[in-house]
Amino acid sequence: MIEMQDVTFGYREGGALLSGMTLSLPAGSFHFLTGPSGSGKTSFLRLCYADLLPSSGQLSAFGHDVGGLSRDGIAMLRRKIGVLHQDAQFLDHLPVAENVALPLTVAGQPIDMQALKELLGWVGMTGHARAMPPSLSGGERQRAALARAVIMSPDFVMADEPTGNLDWEMSMRLLQLLVELNRSGKTILIATHDMDLIRAARQLEVQARVLRISGKRVQLAGADL
Amino acid sequence: MKPEFRNVDWRSLWQGLVGRDGGVAGRIVPSTGFTAQLTLLSAGAMAFLAVFALALSLATGRLADRWSSSLAQTVTIRVSAPLDEIEGETGKVMAILDQTPGVAEARMIPEDEVEALLAPWFGPDVPVEALPVPRLIEIREDGEGFDAAGLGLRLEAEVPGAVLDDHTRWRQPLVSAARRLKFLGVVSLGLIAAAGTAMMILAAQSSLAANGQVIRVLRLIGARDVTIAQAFVRRFTRRAATGAAAGTALGMLAIALLPDMDEAGGFLTGLGFQGWGWLLPLLIPLIAAGVGFFATRWAALRMLKAVP
Ligand SMILES: Nc1ncnc2c1ncn2[C@@H]1O[C@H](COP(=O)(O)OP(=O)(O)O)[C@@H](O)[C@H]1O
Ligand SMILES: [Mg+2]
Repeated sequence: MIEMQDVTFGYREGGALLSGMTLSLPAGSFHFLTGPSGSGKTSFLRLCYADLLPSSGQLSAFGHDVGGLSRDGIAMLRRKIGVLHQDAQFLDHLPVAENVALPLTVAGQPIDMQALKELLGWVGMTGHARAMPPSLSGGERQRAALARAVIMSPDFVMADEPTGNLDWEMSMRLLQLLVELNRSGKTILIATHDMDLIRAARQLEVQARVLRISGKRVQLAGADL
Repeated sequence: MKPEFRNVDWRSLWQGLVGRDGGVAGRIVPSTGFTAQLTLLSAGAMAFLAVFALALSLATGRLADRWSSSLAQTVTIRVSAPLDEIEGETGKVMAILDQTPGVAEARMIPEDEVEALLAPWFGPDVPVEALPVPRLIEIREDGEGFDAAGLGLRLEAEVPGAVLDDHTRWRQPLVSAARRLKFLGVVSLGLIAAAGTAMMILAAQSSLAANGQVIRVLRLIGARDVTIAQAFVRRFTRRAATGAAAGTALGMLAIALLPDMDEAGGFLTGLGFQGWGWLLPLLIPLIAAGVGFFATRWAALRMLKAVP
């Protein structure tokens, strides 16, 4: 899915934030990305969906070198990657159901109302289908964002601190949803600094591996934490 | 600027004008009532002004044509002399006219035409040949016109019996003024179009800036630039066309309701459209729609390049 060859990234000239990254996230894998706050987890994710481009090195997603993608090419790539952003943004003038279906809408694909209902049920948002995004709580926003992230049936789902502003119960529910997606064959990447979440994942019997950012480098941590 | 214009989706231009709201493009960007109304109002005002500038150009153009053609017809030289000398004097005048720059053609009016002119005064039975009737020479000027004062002085010196009758030449400055007004009208149309384009670009840019968050979200979920741009293009094309249609209708109504005084009113009542001329202002809403389409598309695609 994602292949990095000696990828370096920095926001400004000279100051590399991440460097010498050579790694691969194979299809169907489940990865956690950890590291202290400010270490570059969000930046790593943004590199993967071509919101940022590498300063040097080769980053290929779905077999395409992201540096060589046109703007339309980037749009197409993002349709294959569902992203759960740290603070999910919605179109505040559209109800939740329309926001969830928005990736289909902008891709010009028909909306299967039955499938949309099932998806909203799966994330426990059936009762909020007609609510407007500003009226949602933090947890409801995250779940609506998850529904939006997976509505295109992307092969790759990324989550950036998905449990950041959720209580433990809700975090577990979200983790369970992501594990379910992985069982159905999706590739999952979760950025988090929450070690408890990673430990909890092991109890769900998922083959999760941990990537740790330390000293600008990304390393695979041992299979057991 | 060019690549954006090259692959224009003409269907979306058409849909932007006549399609119903509710499609993708209609919903993904929130409507901002205030900007919408300002755009409508400005487009209407521009169109209203354009109608008058157009009417002014057409009317002054007609006026200049009419006046200059009547000018060309009415410069004459009257040659009076005793019967036995008149041929010679007329010949001298024709020779002088030959050398005068600005004279395209000098024509002796044949005697029967002169008789016809005089008949109402003397009656049909008067033998004109027997009277010392003056010969008339009609002059057609070329584009520049000739120096009437100079010609008058020369005739006075060389052929005392010849009189240059240029009583309509006082209109010459009016013809120039009419031409100048027509030119100003055309310039005004150009300025209105330029101001309208600038206004559309500013309105589109302010709308794009106000919707930065929306655009960012749309990009992140995989929307192509054209899809996002289309949402704005559609809106502004519709607003420009609707506003301009209303402004044009009001402008045309105002001109149709100008009091009609036939010929007598001269310049003032000439301000209007005649015949097929009434179709010309109908182009204004079409042009406004085109301007709205291209200006917004350009502004949107340019702005979107800054969004990753
Ligand atoms: N748009 C940006 N421009 C400049 N620096 C940034 C930008 N975004 C993040 N940074 C900096 O990059 C570093 C890593 O940020 P981030 O990737 O968000 O880390 P994390 O998600 O691990 O907390 C931080 O020091 C942050 O200040
Ligand atoms: Mg972060």
